[in-house]
Amino acid sequence: MTGPLLSVRGLNAFYGETQVLQGLDFEVADGGVTALLGANGAGKTSTLRALSGMIRATGDIFFSGLSICGRATEEVARLGIAHVPEGRGTFSRMTVDENLQLGAMTRGDRAGIAADMERLYGFFPKLGQRRRQQAGTLSGGEQQMLAIARALMLRPRLMLLDEPSFGLAPMIIAEVFDILRKLNAEDGMSMLLVEQNATAALELADQAYLLETGNLVMGGAARDIGRDENVRRAYLGY
Amino acid sequence: MKHQSASDVPAAVMPDGLTSKRRRLLLSAAAIAIAVILPFVAKNFLIFQLTLAMVYAIAILGLNLLTGFNGQFSLGHSAFFGIGAYTAAILMDQGGVAYYWTLPAAGIACMISGFLFGLPALRLEGIYLALATFSLAVAMPQLLKSSPLEPWTGGVQGITIIKPDAPFGLPLNPDQWLFLFTLAVLIALFCGAANLINSRTGRAIMAIRDNPIAARSMGIDIALYKSLTFGVSALYTGIAGALGAIVIQFVAPDSFTFVLSIGLFVGLVIGGVGSIAGTLFGGMFVLFVPNIAEAVSKGLAGAVYGVILILVIYLMPSGAAGLVRLIGSKIARRTR
Amino acid sequence: MELFLHQVLAGLATGGIYACMALAIVMIYQAIDSLNFAQGEMAMFSTFIAWQLMQWGLPYWVAFFATIVISFAAGVAIDRIVFRPLRNASLFSHIVVFIALFAILNSLAGFIWDFSIKSFPSPFGTQSLFGSGLMSTHDAGMIFVTLIVLVLLFVFFRYTRVGLAMRATASNPESARLVGIRVGWMVALGWGMAAAIGAVAGMLIAPVVFLEPNMMLSILLYGFAAAVVGGLNSPLGAVVGGFAVGVIENLAGTFIPYVGRELKLTIALTLIVAVLTLKPSGLFGRAIVNRV
Repeated sequence: MTGPLLSVRGLNAFYGETQVLQGLDFEVADGGVTALLGANGAGKTSTLRALSGMIRATGDIFFSGLSICGRATEEVARLGIAHVPEGRGTFSRMTVDENLQLGAMTRGDRAGIAADMERLYGFFPKLGQRRRQQAGTLSGGEQQMLAIARALMLRPRLMLLDEPSFGLAPMIIAEVFDILRKLNAEDGMSMLLVEQNATAALELADQAYLLETGNLVMGGAARDIGRDENVRRAYLGY
Repeated sequence: MKHQSASDVPAAVMPDGLTSKRRRLLLSAAAIAIAVILPFVAKNFLIFQLTLAMVYAIAILGLNLLTGFNGQFSLGHSAFFGIGAYTAAILMDQGGVAYYWTLPAAGIACMISGFLFGLPALRLEGIYLALATFSLAVAMPQLLKSSPLEPWTGGVQGITIIKPDAPFGLPLNPDQWLFLFTLAVLIALFCGAANLINSRTGRAIMAIRDNPIAARSMGIDIALYKSLTFGVSALYTGIAGALGAIVIQFVAPDSFTFVLSIGLFVGLVIGGVGSIAGTLFGGMFVLFVPNIAEAVSKGLAGAVYGVILILVIYLMPSGAAGLVRLIGSKIARRTR
Repeated sequence: MELFLHQVLAGLATGGIYACMALAIVMIYQAIDSLNFAQGEMAMFSTFIAWQLMQWGLPYWVAFFATIVISFAAGVAIDRIVFRPLRNASLFSHIVVFIALFAILNSLAGFIWDFSIKSFPSPFGTQSLFGSGLMSTHDAGMIFVTLIVLVLLFVFFRYTRVGLAMRATASNPESARLVGIRVGWMVALGWGMAAAIGAVAGMLIAPVVFLEPNMMLSILLYGFAAAVVGGLNSPLGAVVGGFAVGVIENLAGTFIPYVGRELKLTIALTLIVAVLTLKPSGLFGRAIVNRV
């Protein structure tokens, strides 16, 4: 496999007239995990939204050699990019089961979908126990699992994860990241992870970039970023 | 252009403080000056129409306070307009009360009924509140026509009242005098609304619209403010109704149907939701556009009106106020 | 007691009308998360089209189904043409456009077919049901068709993929996009379906209230009330609500002394508002639990 799965050059993004991202360059290797770190308001969520065509963006975004900048959100999803949004994006009025079915909306293979659902219920036993429950009544951690499971129903080649640790207790965060690690190690799932929780993110990722008010100020191997003095002081707390 | 409060402007675009305020005061003064001269240069019928446009503007301002600033949807304001109108008519016709006293009376009557209606409405939101208020609008003409109330309301026939003359023997005909009288009331009410919006109470009212949970956690008594806003909103529209009755010299149940409510709502949106100055444009739209539509085609008046509405919304999705803001920010950027 | 029963049944008969209309309203609500104030006028216009087709010689059932297809297409067209430019506009702007649509359709119908009352045939006949004098065969037929539409809708939303996609789009359009649902087409489909159901409602109602441009006005209002009382996300609720509203209206008119007849509409609506005060999401509406 030559070249990265996702290659981004000179990405600018805008909310109306306001520019929030200035010329970002980063990539996600095939089978790799890239982390985008930064404080609140740095532009991490905006980056994922730009990739998914949810906000206006200019620049080069190549997914497996295909240019996707400017494409509609649903088309980006149909290309195999599953975006787990900020706030989980749960279909709160629907059951857990229905949420998973919705994840597979673009697929036609009924047998495959059913098999995947069973597999995911095995992977996420807590969800399996709550199949018919209204998704909006699940706890934060359970909704995060549901969001990941729903994304997996797409059989994506790339997962975009927006702050999967948000609002979760440390034990649950560990659980979630454990699952992500397994997905990457065993299934070779490529991920672009956006996180405020730098410790957890750097443990999972192989590549990491640091975002500050819309600019990429640092990038490289996750291990090296984690050892950097300034990063340690500002984001890792020691 | 009367005082447009700073909170009309969306958060992202805030003009620099002093010069924009001076600009607005200048514009307001100029507008008032033109308005005062108007009755002396225009024909009587046009003066009558412009007076009515101002009446509608006040009514729309009332609706704006509730829907635009407090986020409570109302399709029932024709009811308050009607209550105000009938209060004025009954007081003048059967009570011999002077016309200027009917305004505060109508205001109080509506404030109370608005507050009372606001109480059960507290539990309703969005589409449910719209339906409830719409029921109120539908109920009003039926109530006005109903037999128990007939001795007061005159039933289907309605009540006719006499147009007042200019006071102190001023050399003005009744139409000119009513125009100036209405203008004075309008200015007073607009200033009142602007002051309300800019005060702490105003901010609380808007906070409830934007994020009721956050508002409550900041200690704002939602129930109280929402009901009070209903009352004040009804007060404004009620005063407008009283003025309307005096200007038209006639009240009848079928003048206050839900069609009026919808007209006020349309005027609100066209003028610009959450804009005090926009209500003037809304008032004129409500008065003149149906006439224009009928002039274009008698048989298809409704269709022409509908098409005009759609085109206006396409061109000004945030109403006239939104358009002015857009042009203003484009000019501001050019001159930077 | 006999009068009471009689009025209840008469109420169920008129309730069938409101139930049918309420179904169309719930349908559009599912699609666009808002009430379409022009729903009644669209139904009225569809009924006129059916009438015109029959005037041109088409047999009833051909005209019936042709009208449904035409209405479906028109619904999709209205969404794609009129509402597309408004995608990012506020709810207020949308409502004004609904109002505009109302005015246009009403005026156009009056212009093309004038305001005189026309009769519209019923496929069920208008004799008394089983000779009982309580309900006509048409009323019974109307209730029957309404229930069929209800069942079809239920099956559609619960058991088909498209139905699920539509529900998702109404519930959370952004997430719907993220799973690859073409939201624009879901909304258009919803419009088409609502228009088609409205056409059925109009064609069933016209034999009773007679065909003229203003026929749907109060029915639309009762339909809204029924849909809201039933719970806006529940087609079953819409039907139950419709029957409930019909019965309430009839009982109020008969039994509340003296003013009952004059204030039928008012009383019905007041009772509905009372129901909402007690149960804000309607009788069958699922209270949506949102964790803060």
